Amino acid sequence: MDMVAGKVKMTQQSVKSAMNPTDMLERPIRLTARDVTVHYGAKQALYGISIDIPDRAVTSFIGPSGCGKSTFLRCINRMNDTIEGAKVGGTILLDGEDIYDPALDVVELRARIGMVFQKPNPFPKSIYENVAYGPRIHGLARNKTDMDEIVISSLRKAGLFEEVKDRLNEPGTGLSGGQQQRLCIARAIAVGPEVILMDEPCSALDPIATAIIEELIDELRENYTIVIVTHSMQQAARVSQKTAFFHLGNLIEEGVTEDIFTNPVNKQTQDYIMGRIG
Amino acid sequence: MTDTLSTTRQASIERTQRIRSGLRRRHMGEAIFRGLGLAAIVLALGFVALLFVDVVRKGVPAFTQSNLHLVVNFDPELLKVDPAPAPTAFASQAEYNAASLKWQRDVAMLNWNKVVEASLRAAAPAGFDIDSKQILTIAETDARHDIRELFVADPSLLGQTVDVDVLASANAANWIKGNIDRSLGDAQQQLSAPARALIDTFVENGTISNGFAWSIFTNVDSRAAPASAGLLGAFVGTLWMMLIVIVLAVPIGVAAAVYLEEFAPKSRWTDLIEVNINNLAAVPSIVFGLLGAAVFINYMHLPISAPIVGGLVLTLMTLPTIIIATRGALLGVSPALRQAALGMGASRTQMVFHHVLPVTFPSILTATILGIAHALGETAPLLLIGMKAFVASVPLTPIDQATALPVQIYLWQGNENRNFFEPRTAAAILVLLAVMIVLNGVAIYLRSRLEKRA
Repeated sequence: MDMVAGKVKMTQQSVKSAMNPTDMLERPIRLTARDVTVHYGAKQALYGISIDIPDRAVTSFIGPSGCGKSTFLRCINRMNDTIEGAKVGGTILLDGEDIYDPALDVVELRARIGMVFQKPNPFPKSIYENVAYGPRIHGLARNKTDMDEIVISSLRKAGLFEEVKDRLNEPGTGLSGGQQQRLCIARAIAVGPEVILMDEPCSALDPIATAIIEELIDELRENYTIVIVTHSMQQAARVSQKTAFFHLGNLIEEGVTEDIFTNPVNKQTQDYIMGRIG
Repeated sequence: MTDTLSTTRQASIERTQRIRSGLRRRHMGEAIFRGLGLAAIVLALGFVALLFVDVVRKGVPAFTQSNLHLVVNFDPELLKVDPAPAPTAFASQAEYNAASLKWQRDVAMLNWNKVVEASLRAAAPAGFDIDSKQILTIAETDARHDIRELFVADPSLLGQTVDVDVLASANAANWIKGNIDRSLGDAQQQLSAPARALIDTFVENGTISNGFAWSIFTNVDSRAAPASAGLLGAFVGTLWMMLIVIVLAVPIGVAAAVYLEEFAPKSRWTDLIEVNINNLAAVPSIVFGLLGAAVFINYMHLPISAPIVGGLVLTLMTLPTIIIATRGALLGVSPALRQAALGMGASRTQMVFHHVLPVTFPSILTATILGIAHALGETAPLLLIGMKAFVASVPLTPIDQATALPVQIYLWQGNENRNFFEPRTAAAILVLLAVMIVLNGVAIYLRSRLEKRA
């Protein structure tokens, strides 16, 4: 128990010392959203969201339930396309390229922008097959050796390899919740994405598993642009460098995480952070 | 202060009492519901048990047949025929074939009943008084064919004596098994008094003995020789239809369901199609038979009484079942799995074929097998496309004339020789039930196996 507590503490410390705010602001912009709106049928879910997401940093979206943070996240890799009756307006640029351009293939986009979901959802296949699936459908591995390498390095990057190296052929669904979520992260990494979207990745996990995932997110920041939706303000404070606060489908305030949490400009943000709404 | 406390306390006690007073009624309601449920199960099981007991009781005796062990003497006196032509004596193959055919015709023209009668008389006690017509009623009418075929296969038997097992006639079997009341007078008996007496003698001296009725499984239907009537033709007919249903209904049904559920845009049209498919599942099967007769036979000129038509009709009947079951299974796949696949950049088709279908495969398979089993038990549509014709051959191709197991049951059920065919019908039902149980067993086995693997 002590060891675990120590681990949690260590995670928090390592995250805290990660990056200073000014450094963050000088980062190049990876994703740009302008006036993004979403309608589900007659109901409008998002009202003109505009935000810049910096390269190789963690950006978190916070806000009460139903505020549109997940909806916006799902616009970034066009997962909203799969929902009947959903209509997206405005523009989202990935490296200056419009991701809603009809000429752009959504398959390619999702290879570049990976996603990790709220509930761990490994495929009902072996651990190996879970990770190998993405590279296989995108034709990234030339042969078996290549594939083995991708699978092992992805599992390593997701901090799962040591735990599963002896049972790569066992079903991924047999792992614990936290391990499953790391498997999903490994699966996303295996395709070599530039951006990883995480939709409340820890909400179904216990505190220990959460701490491990948070630590992992912090490590992944070195190489990936990460956008994370979270319910937990503490989590946003711990892992992200930039934070955006959503409320009732509007983007209320965005900025360097420390600023948002220490002196929010907007009254609603203040109330939410103080726990008065939400 | 104490006042309010005691009032709250009082209120709480009253509330508890009110809950308690209702408890008895609630428990009683529960007990009544449980009792009704149990009664329903007992009733349902009772009916099933009744069915099985009745069918088994009637059918099991039909699985024994009465064999007649004869010592056949291929007496040259009775069999006045030239020796069989030898291949070496002819200049060409054609000439030999012609001579051989002529010889076989000659053999067929001989009165083989005389040989059967002689063999029966040889087995009877010396001086037993019975006329030719009467004594021949003991052996099944095809006994003479069996003996003739032995001779055709080996002409050197002329003048020799051979042990041959033939079937006792259906009437003799009835008499032996007690299917007919022995106290009835001569006028109501199928067999004459001397014949009945001789049968009893044969049973005593071992000329007639009972054995397992392989003939049910190895013979085709027969009217002239009821004792040798078997299910092979109907069974093969059913297998052909099953093959056609599997080959057609499964891919078409699954593909239709996948398209409707995964690809088709939700619109008024797809709603209409869905309603129609659901209605199609409720269409009486005889209507499908009528459709088969009108379209496949009348319009497309497919052969009448053929398993191909039966298979097509049953395919039409099974399609809605498979489509509905498959759609249900697809609908049950968790959105998380779909999102996982799409999120990895899988296309819709890849999502369906790599993830959704494999997960639903066990339930689709089970539903399909049950659908097929249901179709195979179907009789009504087959009657309308001529599959109730009397067919005494095994269908070697799906366009040969054939019948099917349930139709065979229907035909035997209507046979005039009630005493003999009632057990036969029950036996045929047992065979059909066995086929169904095997199919269901396969479904259950595959399901549990595949689910374990998933």
